[in-house]
Amino acid sequence: MSSSALTIRGLQYSYGAHRVVDGIDLTARSGSVLGVLGPNGAGKSTTISLAVGTRRPDAGTVEIFGHDPVREHATTSQLAGVMLQDGGLPMSAKPLQVLRHLSSLYEDPLPIAELAEPLGLHEFSGRTMRRLSGGQKQRVALAAALIGRPRLVFLDEPSAGLDPQAREVVHTFVRDLADRGVAVVLTTHDLAEAEELSDEVVVIDRGRIIAQGAPEELRNASADSRTLDIRLDRPAPPELVSRINDIAPASARGSAVVVEEAPNTAQIAAVCAAIAEAGLQITDMDMHAQSLAGVFFELTGRPLR
Amino acid sequence: MRMRRIASQTKFETVSVLRNGEQLLLSLVFPLGLLVFLAKTPLLAGLDIIDSTTDPLIIAVPGALSLSLASSAFTGQAIATAFDRRYGVLRQLATTPLGTNGLILGKLGAVIMVVLIQFALVFAVAFGLGFRGPIDVLGLVLATVLGTASLLSLGLLMAGTVRAEATLAATNLIWVLMAGVGGLVVAHPGEWGTVVGYLPSGALGDVMRAAIGDGGIDIKAVIVLLVWGLVGTLAARRWFRFE
Repeated sequence: MSSSALTIRGLQYSYGAHRVVDGIDLTARSGSVLGVLGPNGAGKSTTISLAVGTRRPDAGTVEIFGHDPVREHATTSQLAGVMLQDGGLPMSAKPLQVLRHLSSLYEDPLPIAELAEPLGLHEFSGRTMRRLSGGQKQRVALAAALIGRPRLVFLDEPSAGLDPQAREVVHTFVRDLADRGVAVVLTTHDLAEAEELSDEVVVIDRGRIIAQGAPEELRNASADSRTLDIRLDRPAPPELVSRINDIAPASARGSAVVVEEAPNTAQIAAVCAAIAEAGLQITDMDMHAQSLAGVFFELTGRPLR
Repeated sequence: MRMRRIASQTKFETVSVLRNGEQLLLSLVFPLGLLVFLAKTPLLAGLDIIDSTTDPLIIAVPGALSLSLASSAFTGQAIATAFDRRYGVLRQLATTPLGTNGLILGKLGAVIMVVLIQFALVFAVAFGLGFRGPIDVLGLVLATVLGTASLLSLGLLMAGTVRAEATLAATNLIWVLMAGVGGLVVAHPGEWGTVVGYLPSGALGDVMRAAIGDGGIDIKAVIVLLVWGLVGTLAARRWFRFE
């Protein structure tokens, strides 16, 4: 079992009378990626601020490798790197100037070339941060989060605004970090990204964790929402759709029929028999697990964005 | 190690100011331009601020030093900090080993470095123009330290509480008002002079004019600056927001 890099227990925080973090418990482990999902205003970014010690919680505890990030900031700041959603880098400086400065703040920084090379920072190193595209700023921000050789990294929307190529670079970096034993806390709106990168996902809504587990577990937890997708050689006639509906809830669009609510083997056999009796051929058939987007919608009653 | 980090932040911020064209204009070009303009034109005598036999450098030098200090400690630093806050730079740096206190000390260090550069240039030009004093060193140090403390704390208070664009507009306007009617560059007669004497700009101008030209210390103005410095620092500690 990998060791705990970040442990949060009973975390609470309010802006005035409005409680934005309401009793969050979570653990991030070395060598794994923890995806934190939630809509805008769910409390994700505030949770990260509390986790890195830039805000003091109203209640609850945060530990980074056993140290309190508020009282032991000098220790935890050497252990944790942060990539903020809005970049957080001075606009008047050039990327390598920023990294040189940040590296001077750490005891054992990474050589800048180890980050500049794979992230392609030399392509735009002659320009000030102000003149970089959103994707280029994101790459510098990722390097800034990693320059201190952290053992725990918080990445807040690391792929936002990136083109597919840059996104792939970032994803490779995130996986490499985990493979090298770094704990990664990944906050994202992007469910595909969360599914691809995360070993474990927590879903936050209105300041509370409403679901937690491996992406696969979350998708399968809601067995009723698995569907059987059938593609026919021609559009299903209404009488066939009606007959299938007598077996299990179903809908049809053109030559596609979707049987809802996780049909069992007997129901699937009956549906296939009904199709054969109607004289249609099945060209494709697939049992779909719920996507994370579907899980999120089911849990919160609203889409992620 | 902590001192090394603060020194690194001081160096980074100082270089950022010296690389920024607008900051250079505000911090160096305007004060030096004011110095030369007041020294070489009959404006001060024409406005009856001095008589025709008095050396205008007696007013121009402390005026240029006070304006330099207001430019770097108040307007320049407030604008830079406000935009750093808006872009999340303060929040990012607060997560590094520099921390929030190191960040503030680094900014203070940068202001001191820029002020030293400004003062060196102002005195170099002033001596080149024929200025020979008198200078009360203790008075100059008090004006510099207390003027920096009061103006920087008020600038940071604004930068840490209002939007960046509002800070940009307000601090530039206040800079013009301080220079024009706030007692920073020249003393104002009558009731208005009494009023601005209780403001940071007027008090700084009074301490600076007493130190350079009169060769003494204006105790009342020193106390006014001290009070503004304390009030500004306490208020900034209470209300400054990093994000």
